[in-house]
Amino acid sequence: MSDTAENYDQGEYNFAYLDEQTKRMIRRAILKGIAIPGYQVPFASREMPMPYGWGTGGVQVTAAILGKDDCLKMIDQGSDDTTNAVSLRGFFEKTAGIRTTYETSEATVIQTRHRIPEKDLTDDQVIVFQVPIPEPLRFLEPRETETRKMHALEDYGLMHVKLYEDIAKNGHIATTYAYPVKVNDRYVMDPSPTPKFDNPKIDEMAALQLYGAGREKRIYAIPPYTKVKSLDFEDYPFEVQKFDKPCALCGARNVYLDEVILDDRGGRMFVCSDSNFCEERRAAGHVGPMAADPAAVQIGGSSQEETAR
Amino acid sequence: MSLFQSDEPLLQVHNVTRYYGDRVGCSDVSFDLWPGEVLAIVGESGSGKTTLLNCLSTRLAPTAGAIEYRMRDGTMRNLYQLTEAERRLLMRTDWGFVHQNAADGLRMNVSAGANVGERLMAIGDRHYGNIRSTADDWLGRVEIDSDRIDDDPRSFSGGMRQRLQIARNLVTRPRLVFMDEPTGGLDVSVQARLLDLLRRLVSDLGLSVVIVTHDLAVARLLSHRIMVMRYGNVIEAGLTDQVLDDPREPYSQLLVSSILQV
Repeated sequence: MSDTAENYDQGEYNFAYLDEQTKRMIRRAILKGIAIPGYQVPFASREMPMPYGWGTGGVQVTAAILGKDDCLKMIDQGSDDTTNAVSLRGFFEKTAGIRTTYETSEATVIQTRHRIPEKDLTDDQVIVFQVPIPEPLRFLEPRETETRKMHALEDYGLMHVKLYEDIAKNGHIATTYAYPVKVNDRYVMDPSPTPKFDNPKIDEMAALQLYGAGREKRIYAIPPYTKVKSLDFEDYPFEVQKFDKPCALCGARNVYLDEVILDDRGGRMFVCSDSNFCEERRAAGHVGPMAADPAAVQIGGSSQEETAR
Repeated sequence: MSLFQSDEPLLQVHNVTRYYGDRVGCSDVSFDLWPGEVLAIVGESGSGKTTLLNCLSTRLAPTAGAIEYRMRDGTMRNLYQLTEAERRLLMRTDWGFVHQNAADGLRMNVSAGANVGERLMAIGDRHYGNIRSTADDWLGRVEIDSDRIDDDPRSFSGGMRQRLQIARNLVTRPRLVFMDEPTGGLDVSVQARLLDLLRRLVSDLGLSVVIVTHDLAVARLLSHRIMVMRYGNVIEAGLTDQVLDDPREPYSQLLVSSILQV
């Protein structure tokens, strides 16, 4: 068996929490998912020691692929130090005892909730997404039997009805996250609730992408260097969000920014959502327009301490 | 028959029978439908009209019998031997289905424009401007104002919903449309307007129609030919005027004489 199997004494976790038979079952689902890019493979999702919505799907996928030499990065909306990321990182530190990191380039497995790191991933990395609702057609067609049939027959006109509605109601395609994509010219897929800013990154990505939905019991995957096209209209082509200001702390442009409220008098700033990317830039001497602001120093400073720890 | 464009039938129905367990839905129905022809199926509730219509439109598999349809390439195909993909394509390009209750045939939570455009997008139209102008054109044809194009069908009256449903079905220029009591549940003046509209569209587009109704006035206005059903059997069939003016079967006579004369 794999390098994760071992005899363990009573009272200890098996490597990465799941038992070996469960991991085997999940790996089979992953392999099938990789063989059919974008196809949602059903799997026997286990109950995990965390509530649904906390990444039970992603955790199971990660547990199934982790080896002892892996280095894990865990991010939540781009950040390494928010509740979800900290708890799940702690979970794997405790149950697998593997190395964890904040650094994107150092990690071999990255589990993410709703963001893709700004730094390009390489072909020796795997990125695991936590997916709440894997079915892109769900809100248009509630019947699971019908959506499966639609996938089987490549009957995807309905997806464009949604985009049409967006344009008719808002004048542009107003879907900003969970933006539907077509994988390898075949399956329409929901790239989990990542902002559509990240959609161009999953096209021809060097890293293997795995998507796990625990509550919905589905796994899907995009193999490295696979064509992923965001759906659009000829006269309303796909566009990503644009930010008119750079990151307030590190001055980066063309990255995804989060709004941070500074006080109750309307003070706010926009900073990189990818905290590791922002810190590396600041360490390299890049300075944003608000880097000297006392409030910003407080925010930027605290996370740097975390990194140092 | 100079009225009809072709000398080959569009739809051929051979001995279609449908049982629900031991009960008969419809039994041993055969007929041909010609391009441009409107056929009305009349009869009381429970006489098997809707069962027959559902069998014809591949919504309900018949227990026995065969239904053949002339595809656009001219070949006759048995409907129940088509693949699921072919059948779906047929249903949203070459066919239409107008439900009695418009809510069954519409997507109630998307705008009127999207409702009309759905079929276009389903067959691969990917240009928003073109889809929208086609939708606008069709709304005009069914007498719905352009400024309602972005409204939900929920905000439409019963008559408008029914007209929207018709536009949604006709946008791909189908050759055959099935209608299940299209005027049921509408008040009399709205019914009259809808019938007028239907009659005009049917003759303009040269549609073949199979229309199920219990209202003989609808049959009289729209159809060329009529079939009277009772207990699952076709008891009388012929030209509409002939059957309605001079019904042969006692039951048809009863049906015709039961129309209120005001």
